[in-house]
Amino acid sequence: MGNSELRSTKELPLAALPFKLSIEYKTGGWRALRPVIDYGKCVKCLTCLIYCPDMAISWDGEKVSINYDYCKGCGICAHECPVKAISMVPEGGSS
Amino acid sequence: MKNPRIPPEKQIKMTLNGDEAVAYAVKQSLVDVVAAYPITPQTIIVERFSEFVANGEVHTEFIPVESEHSALSAVVGAAAAGARAFTATASQGLALMWEILYIASALRLPIVLAIANRALSAPINIHCDHSDAMGARDAGWIQLFVENVQEAYDTTIQAFKIAEHPDVLLPVMVNLDGFFLSHTMEDILILPDEAVHEFLGGYRKVYRTYVDYLGKEVEIKLDPENPLTFGPLDLYDYYFEHKIPQIEAMAKAKDVVRKVNEEWYELCGRKYGDGVLDTYEVDDADVVVTVLGSSAGTVRYVAKKLRKKGHKVGVIRIRLFRPFPHDEVAELLKDVKAVGVMDRAISFGSYGPSYLEIATALYHLDRKRKKRPLLVNYVYGLGGRDLDPGLVENIFMELLKIAKEGEVKEPLRFVGVRM
Repeated sequence: MGNSELRSTKELPLAALPFKLSIEYKTGGWRALRPVIDYGKCVKCLTCLIYCPDMAISWDGEKVSINYDYCKGCGICAHECPVKAISMVPEGGSS
Repeated sequence: MKNPRIPPEKQIKMTLNGDEAVAYAVKQSLVDVVAAYPITPQTIIVERFSEFVANGEVHTEFIPVESEHSALSAVVGAAAAGARAFTATASQGLALMWEILYIASALRLPIVLAIANRALSAPINIHCDHSDAMGARDAGWIQLFVENVQEAYDTTIQAFKIAEHPDVLLPVMVNLDGFFLSHTMEDILILPDEAVHEFLGGYRKVYRTYVDYLGKEVEIKLDPENPLTFGPLDLYDYYFEHKIPQIEAMAKAKDVVRKVNEEWYELCGRKYGDGVLDTYEVDDADVVVTVLGSSAGTVRYVAKKLRKKGHKVGVIRIRLFRPFPHDEVAELLKDVKAVGVMDRAISFGSYGPSYLEIATALYHLDRKRKKRPLLVNYVYGLGGRDLDPGLVENIFMELLKIAKEGEVKEPLRFVGVRM
C-alpha cells in the first residue's frame, strides 16, 4: 500500500467505494516459499495456471510465468505439476 | 394552519393496526424489493404485504427468506442494485440482523426497516420495550420513534424520502411500539396512491458519484456496464476516511427530517412537532419529562391534568433518536429546573439510552450559563409492563419536589416494578 497518494475523506467516492482497483494492493510480500519453474522440464500443459487460486500464473502463447507481485507461495502449482517442473524455494534475505 | 394540498376530506379513512398501516404505506411507496422473515409483533406487516404481492396490487419482488440475517442481506443486495427496498423485524430478529446493519449504513443504502419494538430474550418476552432498537443505536441508522398508528403510516412514507435524500443516503429505522401500536386498531387517514408517488418523486433515483478507475461519474449501483466494488478491504490507511462521510451524513439528516416533516404537513396537514422533537407546554415549565414512542400520549395526558392544577410541567417526545438532537434539547431545557428522562430500555451497568444523550446535551449548558437542570432517569415498561397515568403522576410529583429542594438523591429510578 503506497502512501504517496493518500487522499482525504472528501476526495473519495461516496458509499465505501474504493477509488482504485485491488490490482494496486500487491500481496506477494506474504510469500515464504517462492515457486520457480524449470523450463527444461515444463511441458506447457497449463495445469499450474488452472490451479493457481490467485491467478498469478499467466500464459503468453509460448511459456507460463509467475507474477510474484501477487503469488503468495501456497505451492498448489508445484503440487499439481505432472512433471514436477516447479520447485518451492525458501524466500531469504539474500535472494 | 394553511390549507394542505390534500385536505382531510380528500383522504381515505381506514381502520388499521400499526403493522397494517406500515404495510399499506410500503404498498404505496413504489417499493421494488421486500425481503422479510416473520416475528411477533412485526408479523402482520409481512403478512399483509405478501397479500398485496399475491393479489398483484404491487410490482414488488417479495423474497421469503430463511432468517432475518438473510432478509437484510437480500435487501442490501437489492438496494445496492438500485432498488427501493424494505424489510421489517423485531427483537431477536433485529439482533440477528446486527452485522448487516453496519454494512447497510456504511454502503449508504437508503433501506427502510420497520421495527415493532419488542423486548430481547431472556426470559423470552414478546411485548414492547426499546431494547432491540437501542442495541442498534450505534449502527449508523437513522432512528425514528412513532407515537400512534397514524404516525406509523406517515413516518414509513417519510422514511423513504429521508433515506434517499442526496444529503443523507442512510438507512432508516421506523420504530413502532410492539402491541401498543403494532396490534392496536386506529382510524387513520390514508393518502391517495398518486399523492404518495408524487411525494416520493416516483421510483427511487440513484445518486451518482465519481469513480477514478472508471474515469467517470456513475450511479452508485451494481451495474455490469459500470462495475463497482462495494465495501472492499480498507485497512488503517482508508477505513477512518470512509467513516467520516457517515458521520457528516448523520449530522445533515436532522435538517432533512425537519424538512420532510414540513413537506408532509403541506401535503396532508399532519406534522409531528418539528419532525425531530414533539413538545408540549415546555416554554414556561419548571419540570419536563422526555419520552419516546407510544407512552408519550399517557405522559401528555397527565401533564395536561397537572397543568390544570397549576403545576408548570411539560413534555418532550423524542421522535428522532439517531441522529440525536443534542443542541435542540439543550435549548428547550436550559431554563427548566428538573428533567425526568423516561427510558423503555436500560444499558446494563449504565443508565437508559436517552438519559445518556440528554446528560450529554445538558453538560455544556453549565459552562455557558453556570446552571443546568437537575436530571433523573426513569426506567419503565420493560417487557411490556404497562405505564398507567398514576405512575406518570408520581414521576411528575417527584420531579416537582426535586425542583423545589434542588437535589437529586437517586439519579436512576425504576418505575412500576416490584423491588
